Parts: sequence; C-alpha cells; structure tokens
Amino acid sequence: MLLDSKIPEGPLAEKWDKHKFNVKLVNPANKRKYDVIVVGTGLAGSSAAASLAELGYNVKAFTYHDSPRRAHSIAAQGGINAAKNYQNDGDSVFRLFYDTIKGGDYRAREANVYRLAQVSVNIIDQCVAQGVPFAREYGGLLANRSFGGAQVSRTFYARGQTGQQLLLGAYSALSRQVAYGKVKLYTRSEMLDLVMVDGVARGIVTRNVLTGEIENHAAHAVVLATGGYGNVFYLSTNAKLCNVTAAWRAHKKGAYFANPCFTQIHPTCIPVSGDYQSKLTLMSESLRNDGRVWVPKTVEMAQRLRKGEIRVQDIQEDDRDYFLERKYPAFGNLVPRDVASRNAKMMCDEGRGVGSTGLAVYLDFAEIIQRTGAEAVSQKYGNLFAMYEKITGEDPYKLPMRIYPAVHYTMGGLWVDYNLQTTIPGLYATGECNFSDHGANRLGASALMQGLADGYFVIPYTIGDYLAQTAPKPVDTQHPAFAEAKAGVQARTEQLLAIKGTRTPDQFHKALGHIMWEYCGMARNAEGLRHAKTEIQRLRKEFWSDVRVVGTGEELNQTLEKAGRVADFLELGELMVDDALARNESCGGHFREEYQTPEGEALRDDENFAYVAAWEYQGDNQPEKLNKEELTFENVKLTQRSYK
Amino acid sequence: MAGSNPNAKPMNLTLNVWRQPNRNTEGRIVEYKVKDISPEMSFLEMLDVLNEDLLHAGEDPVAFDHDCREGICGSCDLFINGRSHGPEKGTTTCQLHMRKFSDGDTITIEPWRANAFPVNKDLSVDRSAFDRIIQAGGYISVNTGGVPDGNEIPVPKEIADRAFEAATCIACGACVAACKNASAMLFVSAKVSQLALLPQGHAERKTRVENMVAQMDKEGFGACTNIGSCAAECPVGISLENIAMLNREFIVAKATSNNLA
Repeated sequence: MLLDSKIPEGPLAEKWDKHKFNVKLVNPANKRKYDVIVVGTGLAGSSAAASLAELGYNVKAFTYHDSPRRAHSIAAQGGINAAKNYQNDGDSVFRLFYDTIKGGDYRAREANVYRLAQVSVNIIDQCVAQGVPFAREYGGLLANRSFGGAQVSRTFYARGQTGQQLLLGAYSALSRQVAYGKVKLYTRSEMLDLVMVDGVARGIVTRNVLTGEIENHAAHAVVLATGGYGNVFYLSTNAKLCNVTAAWRAHKKGAYFANPCFTQIHPTCIPVSGDYQSKLTLMSESLRNDGRVWVPKTVEMAQRLRKGEIRVQDIQEDDRDYFLERKYPAFGNLVPRDVASRNAKMMCDEGRGVGSTGLAVYLDFAEIIQRTGAEAVSQKYGNLFAMYEKITGEDPYKLPMRIYPAVHYTMGGLWVDYNLQTTIPGLYATGECNFSDHGANRLGASALMQGLADGYFVIPYTIGDYLAQTAPKPVDTQHPAFAEAKAGVQARTEQLLAIKGTRTPDQFHKALGHIMWEYCGMARNAEGLRHAKTEIQRLRKEFWSDVRVVGTGEELNQTLEKAGRVADFLELGELMVDDALARNESCGGHFREEYQTPEGEALRDDENFAYVAAWEYQGDNQPEKLNKEELTFENVKLTQRSYK
Repeated sequence: MAGSNPNAKPMNLTLNVWRQPNRNTEGRIVEYKVKDISPEMSFLEMLDVLNEDLLHAGEDPVAFDHDCREGICGSCDLFINGRSHGPEKGTTTCQLHMRKFSDGDTITIEPWRANAFPVNKDLSVDRSAFDRIIQAGGYISVNTGGVPDGNEIPVPKEIADRAFEAATCIACGACVAACKNASAMLFVSAKVSQLALLPQGHAERKTRVENMVAQMDKEGFGACTNIGSCAAECPVGISLENIAMLNREFIVAKATSNNLA
C-alpha cells in the first residue's frame, strides 16, 4: 500500500484552517446516527470521547481500569506547553513548532507539529474553563515555567501534578456526557481484538476482566487512545498495567506500526534496588538545574562503596568525577535527556556506578545547599526530596540522590495520516498510541499537549470527514467477522490457560525486559540487535510452551491478563529490534554505536534516513515489510545538535 | 539485595490476607508466610513476591488493584493492620515500604470495608459509586471550544491554591474505609470545594452540591459525624475544611434553591 500522509496543500500556517474548511461535515441531525468507539480514557481518550459526544455522536468508551480517572496520564508531573506568549518573551506558534521539530531530531512531520503548536493555545483555555486549577501569579493570571529544549517560558502547570489535574478535567467532561447518556462507559473492559468488516474498522472484542465475559461491540469508527508501549522493557516509569495489546492487535489486522524503536529514556529516575523491583519512579528533570551528577573516579573506590566498606561522605572532592561537567562544559548537567542518560550508562558500564547494584550515579545537592541553605532548596524541590526519601529511605538533604535512566515514553506508535487515521479506514489513533508529533525524541511538557490536542481539537474534525462518507445505517455485531474475532480471543485465552508450564508471566516479562534494555535500550549496535532478535524468538517459543497461568477465564484473573499482554510484548519486541537494525543512523533516543561523531555524539544521516519507518504485518513469524514515508522539511533547516 | 543500604537485613513475615472468590461468596482470612523480604521493597512488591510464590505452588494469587505505583492514580486500596494504606501518614499503599515493618511481624491485609464498595475478589473492591457521584454534577458544563481566553477571568492565587489542594484527591476511598460510618463526605467535599472556589464553577454551584450529595446518599454511604478519621488517613492530605465548606454550600443551596425537584 502506498502511504499517503494526506498533508494539505498550501503554506504551513494555512494548512489546518484550509483543511478544516475542506473536510466534509455530518449534519447535526445525522450525528446521532453514528456510533464511535473510543478505547482508553487517558488524556487522549477522555478528551476525544467527551468532545465527540458533545457534537452528538453516540460514544462507547472503554477502559480496563475501575474508573476512567486511573489512566496513566494522571502521573505526568511537569506541565503542558502552549504558545500563549503570556510572558512576552518571544514565544509564538512557529517557535513552539520549531523547538518541537528540532527536539525530535528532525524525524517528525512538519504539518502535524505545526498544527499541534496552533491548537496548544486552545487547550489551555479549555482546561481553565473546566476548572483545572493551574498555578497562578498574585495578580490572578496564569503562571508559566521553563522546561528543557526551549528558551522561552511556555509551560503551564499545577505544581508537580499537571497530568492529574488535566486528566481530571477531561474525566469531568467525560462524566458529564455519561450523565447525559451520550457516552456509554465500559470500565474493567480490556480490548483484545479489532473487528474489520469489508476492509474497514467496525468494532472491537473486549474481555470483562471481572467476569471474564468476551464481548463484541460495533461502531462506525474506532479510536485507539491506548497509550505507549514502554512496558516492553518490564521496568519503566509507566504504570504496571500499561500495555501494547490494543495497538498490537490493530497492527496485526493491518494498521502499520511506525518507528517502534524510538523510545525515550529519562535520565533522572530512582534506580533499581533489587530483582523484585516492579517499576521505576521519575524524578522531575528540573532537579538537574541545581544537582551535580558524579561518580567515583576509580572502579576500585566504586566497588568499596558498593560493598559498604566506605560511605559516600568518605570520597574526597578530588576523587569525584563530575562527568557531564567534564565532557560538556557548555551545557554541563543540563544536556538533553538522551545525552545525560547515555553518559550515566557509560559510567556504570565502566564499573563506576554506585549503590549496591552499581547501576546508579549521584545527583548531588551539597553545593546548592551550602550556597543558598536547605530552606531555599526545600522551597524549590521540597516535594521531590520528600518523595525520594519515601522510596529510598535516604535524606537527600544529607546524602546525594542516586539516579539512573529509565524508559519513560515511546515516540513510536501506530502510523497515522494527517487526520490521525491509521492505514485501516475508520481506525484512528491518538495520543501516545500514535507516532505522529515527537519524531525521535519528545520534549518535556509535550505529551500532555499532544494527547489533548488530538482529543479535543483534531479528531472531532477529522473523524467527521470519514463518517460523512459512511452511510448512517445502524451497525451491529451480526456480521460473521465478529463471531470469528470473538472465537479467536476465546481460543487464545484457553490456550494460555492450557499450557500449565513452569514459569510465570512476570518471569517471561522480566527476561524480555532484560533483552530489550541490554540490546535495544540507550545504546544499540547491529551485533547486539541481531543477538536480541534470536533471544526474543527463543523466549517467545518458550513462553508458548512453558507459561504458567492458574485459575479460569471466567473470573478476575490478573495472571491471565498479564500473560496476554506479555505475549504481545514478545512480538512487539522483535519488531523494535528490526526497526533499530534497519535504521543505520543515530537520532534522538535511537543511538546506534556505529553511527557517532568522533566525540561520541549521535550522527544523523538525513540523506538516507529522513523517513518514517512504517511496518506492515505479514503473518505469524513472518518478517514484517518496511514501508517508508519520506519526510520533507520546507520550513526548518536540518542541523546537527551540539552541547559541548 | 538492598539498594541504598547494603547492610539492610531481609525479613520473614506472616501475612493474614482476606480471600474472597467474588462478591457473592463469603470471604475469610488466610495465613501466608513470606521469606527474605527486603526492607527496600514497596508493600505491593512484597505482595508480588507472595503472588509469585502462590503461582509456583499452583494456587490462585491474591487479587489487588494497583497501577501507577507512585501514589497518584488512586488504584491501590489496602486496609493494613486496621488502617487505610497502613501505618505511614500521608502515604498510599504503593508508596509504603517494608522498612516500616520488622522481621517476624504479622501483617493483616483486608480490602476497604464499606457497603458502597462491594468486594470484587480478595482485596479488590468496586468503587464505581465515586464515578456516579462525579457524574451527578462534579463538573463544569462547558463543551469543547467556544470558551474564553485562559487569562480572561483572573483567579486570586490564594483561591487557585486552595482549589488545587482540594483537587488533588485521588479517589482511592481511604476516607470511606477509615470512617466508622463509611461516609464519603471528604471525597464529595473535595470536588464541591474545588469547583465552588473557582469563578468558573459558580454558575452551577447550587445544583452541583445538591445533586452530588443526593447521589452520595443513594449509593449507601453513611452520614458524617465529624470524627475526622477520613482526613487523618487521607494519603494526599485533603483537609476537613472541605467538609465544612460542603456543609455551607449545601445549606445555602437548599435554602435558596431553584431546583424544584
């Protein structure tokens, strides 16, 4: 299939307005004749479901949580970007567009990113009207703060809980439509397959996780807002239940998967403390403004530290290596996320890591505490210091924090065109679930912006264009395709229960995570990736003969749910490796060791790799087919990043 | 293997866990032993260890709700040694760490106990009553688009900060579980206060409080008798002042209501 991104003609700044005029409309009286399924109730899903219901469509919203408000958008800390220029510091739609394209290392689509910057301003207005309690100045106006990758203050925030407040805003809008009867809410329902009728998306198959009942649901269009796939690494900052299943099933039904190897590793997370570790917690990027990153100068000293023979206080100033300040004198501790993460890994690989596992570096606040006092530091970072102490039992006012990079966000996802439609007609993907706006690296405070842009201001227009060309006839689940999909889900459930092997889903998941992290994590090379591919294939085979699930499919069975998700991660993992292997360049979060500058920085190859890699499923255990969408840059000049 | 403290000693514990196959079957406490628990583990990671042990033994793992494991999603909801979210103040179960316990301890783990929160299975309860209370009025009725500029209506910083404090409720239900009456007043008051404080919420101020309180009663939550255990056990520090504000809002609404129903 030829990939048509459907980017409208005309100058960049006029594309979206022209497109909104050109799309077909569904007349108000006809809207109630269309049913739309929205899967996922995070920022992208709740905002889409509420907005579509307000327009008059009949919406069915699905979440595997007990409430829409539990979706992982709730955990986003820092803020949301918008080109409001309230600070009079030179921000504009074009500047936000430019920063996002550059931050993404020139691997995102210009037209999508420009539209994102345009609607960013509407998002703030919408959230304020919903009662989102953003931070304000004494005069009563909205406050802003700075974030990485930008030279202006354009980040709106609600203390360290911006994601929570934005999600509760979208959840309130969704709840209102549930009360009006325009949204039918299905909680504790997990999507396990997509149903296609005559080549278009016509519904989904879900499993009620409380009763185990497998259900069919039909609609004229389906929107997937099911988040990212960072949990393929087992350990990540994602919530425990985050998974790729909905997107992966859609992929196997024909939706292309774009840039799967583009994952973001966040440098400042609380490190792993043992094999039992279940997830990793992010500490806000803002800490690097004042914290100094270091490790002991010698391996020998690091070893003694790890064994508890010496304490961190025993290491003299001369024996400390402030490696970021040493290697990047211009940016110091404030280098971008990918650079900071890679360097921390290098130190640990050399054997100079700290903590009993040796997989951590110090983030030290001693100097700023000495210079400004503990009180001033507490004003700035009090809540983060408290959270750190709760988790580690250590007081960061007295001892340096231990941090290590962790998987945080996935820029890749289902391929979508300008309308956010996947390669399956009638199937849309929004938020982190799609690949659209962040290229090879996402800037801070841009994930919330994209999720809400897609849900509030893009999908309500673009889905209408599709529905207007679909007959307003009632749809139901009578078509044999529904029975077939349901039987497939049923069979798979029974298969998982029938294996009765010796290893638990978590054991397989951890093994997969280990392979992904070692060979497809912060640094990759062809040899390691080829090894990973074989390892994943072996592990997948073992999974299907040795996984252990007890209980039945007709009850709340959390092991069964896990097993299904791990099975899909075991397939996705291989595709990520294929994608990383095919992209013979380094860009953003994708660092191929073979492609670096003499100074060890990422070396892009714009001539050969300025494209979106869109993978097409070819059947079980068949190599996927690579389709390329060439990226053209007419409004920005491609340059090499430097932070020396 | 310990993280920060290489000298931390692993612990052996006895767990008394509530097991209940579903909401229609009677439950009971079952005793389990867990060994070599690192003090660095979170409470839920300790339960992960128990569940892996059970799975290897061919037994049904203990069902419990959890997701973000960083104290913000509100999914986790364990009643530990008779307290919502356990012994540490201002902490959700997922952020509670085993260093708060000692080797040889016996820990009793139960689900939230309230009629309005029926048990799904083991430690997982049904909190959909909270969603229905929000659906009854916990929102500002604005559609997407057509709203004024974000800076059109100034909101004094003190008001915005107070609204934020109320808005940080994570809807975990600890307040209900801690209350001898199983009252949901703290939860309801947090949302009512947030939206009553902000100018954007004023248009629906009266109907909102009336409808949300009516739904709260309908769901079978108990009455508030001003004990304050809800606020004492709230993991995110929602203040009792919100309940005072809810009572004020409710009385004013009832006295001047346009709502004839």
